[in-house]
Amino acid sequence: MNKRMLWIALLSLLPLLVQAETAEEKGLAIAKEAKARDTGWKDMQASMKMVLKNAQGEESVRTLRIKALEVEGDGDKGLTIFDQPRDVKGTALLSFSHPVGDDEQWLYLPALKRVKRISSRNKSGPFMGSEFAYEDLTSFEVPKYRYKYLRDEPCGEDTCFVVEQVPTDKNSGYTRRIVWIDQSHYRLHKVEFYDRKNSLLKTLTFSNYQQYLGKFWRAHRMEMVNHQNGKSTVLEWSDIRFDTGLSDKDFNKNSLKRAR
Amino acid sequence: MQRWLVLSGLLAIAFSAAADWEFSGSATLELRYYPQAGLDARQYDGGNVSLILEPEFYRSFNDGADTLLFAPYLQADQHDGGRNRLDIRELTWVHVGEDWELRTGIRQEYWGVTEFQHLVDVINQFDTAVDIDNEDKLGQPMVNLSLVRDWGIVDYYLLPGFRTRTWPGVAGRLRPPLPVIGPARYQSGQGDRHVDHALRWSQTLGDVDLGVGWFKGTNREPLLQPAADGQSLTAYYEQMQQLSVDAQATLGDWLWKLEAYHRAASREDYNALQAGFEYTRYGVFGSDADLGLLLEYGWNDSEQLTFNLFQNDLFAGFRLAMNDTQSSELLAGFSQDLDGGGNTLLLEGSRRLGNDWKASLTARWFLADEPRDPLYYFRRENLLEFSLRYFWSNRH
Repeated sequence: MNKRMLWIALLSLLPLLVQAETAEEKGLAIAKEAKARDTGWKDMQASMKMVLKNAQGEESVRTLRIKALEVEGDGDKGLTIFDQPRDVKGTALLSFSHPVGDDEQWLYLPALKRVKRISSRNKSGPFMGSEFAYEDLTSFEVPKYRYKYLRDEPCGEDTCFVVEQVPTDKNSGYTRRIVWIDQSHYRLHKVEFYDRKNSLLKTLTFSNYQQYLGKFWRAHRMEMVNHQNGKSTVLEWSDIRFDTGLSDKDFNKNSLKRAR
Repeated sequence: MQRWLVLSGLLAIAFSAAADWEFSGSATLELRYYPQAGLDARQYDGGNVSLILEPEFYRSFNDGADTLLFAPYLQADQHDGGRNRLDIRELTWVHVGEDWELRTGIRQEYWGVTEFQHLVDVINQFDTAVDIDNEDKLGQPMVNLSLVRDWGIVDYYLLPGFRTRTWPGVAGRLRPPLPVIGPARYQSGQGDRHVDHALRWSQTLGDVDLGVGWFKGTNREPLLQPAADGQSLTAYYEQMQQLSVDAQATLGDWLWKLEAYHRAASREDYNALQAGFEYTRYGVFGSDADLGLLLEYGWNDSEQLTFNLFQNDLFAGFRLAMNDTQSSELLAGFSQDLDGGGNTLLLEGSRRLGNDWKASLTARWFLADEPRDPLYYFRRENLLEFSLRYFWSNRH
């Protein structure tokens, strides 16, 4: 076999090599691409309203504001200020998140003017009595899961990758999540959460996507339905602003104390 | 008092007239019931109604670089004249620079980490007319410069003017058999005009949050001395220096806490310590509820302090948070004197009603039969309390 023949033979093998990417590798590659496309936003401010609905259809409302700062090579810094319900108004949470291990969190209690460092282990607990757990609202980091690509599936006008994500944190309340990520922009469309007994617990759907700074997509509406208790929570984002000039000095215990 | 009333009235009108102000606050209806008659025949028996109004006016200027806050406290009580008053909890201007803050006015400041006692928390005077748990404080005039550095946050406090501790009145409950009334006495010739100073450094070092504090001035904690007529007690305020440390290690589900101080006063030098842990189990009983277990030990070697209830005591408690829509919570606390004295019991349940109301039910019990135990004087002050609080805000 001459050299040219060898090259042709090798080249003809290439498609096979590409296809030999395992489902795990493909799942990881999709996660990395999604993270890469959502990197470089620097800082963000927004308002959030949650409407909690119980099985009888009774509603209660939570409102809060967030400030977030992207930290290169680490998790984000965040400041959350609670406005409603009224009895927790003025309460604020400062968090330094980390891709692996525990986050650092401080809570400001306005009645006592006290800053209290709190444990961040409560990942699976409900956030403000809603159907969102704390871990559902923290920033996405690649090392938080192990991945497995399952299939392609149409989602709306787009086509979605369907990927299984298994939490690496033993304190997670889930055995796995199934996520639907669209192929055109790598945006989340749907997440199914499976509880510790591996039965379907919740479904989260994302809608009203808008693009910021010509790059970053944000869903303005997220609806979480709990299939086991019949409750649901609709989370609506508003007043989303990027590149607002926040820096490290807006995320320390002094800024936590004066957050309003 | 009257001067303050007029001043706050004017401020309130000026503030609410401007639409740019954030106007929020709460109104509380507090019902108390004492099953036993007090040791002093002048104390009221049975039930009591109290109304508390806590409005708050807030505004920020210059893109958040300057803020103003005004928070008065008004209380009207059915029986206890000591609880009829107006106080300014906050009247503050805060200016924020690049890596510093200047906070000027009447303010509240909190130092410390432990739950059952607030040992090192020395800036503000406690308002013990509201309750005896030392969680309510009087506003303290101050200029506070705060510097943010890589090696920690440094706070300097200039504290002109001293506030005497508030107590239940002659007819009031939750007091020892003799009421604390009459003008206070001071070690310093400057009386309540003595200018105090304080300094604090605090820093987060990985899992540990550490604070070191220094205070020089009028001790907020008075010595109580019998008045000449034998019918009341008089508060005597000493000068002191306090050096304190507070630390918390946050290790997973465990919070390890320590507060300690050394105080130097002219009559004696003494030390105190409060240390323990808070351990939380998440998702207990197969539900969304969190159960926190708290254990603390308190020690104090002062011979002089009148209200030194906790010289060698153990505190235990639990906190059950249901994490439901109404944020239902149950808190139980217990203290035991390890020198053979009495103990105290606290049970507190609370729940939000709708979006703007909160109801809570509290029981406080004092069990003591040793006359040498300071708790002995509170043995008939057991109490049941129901409170209903309404919250409002013009921010949506």
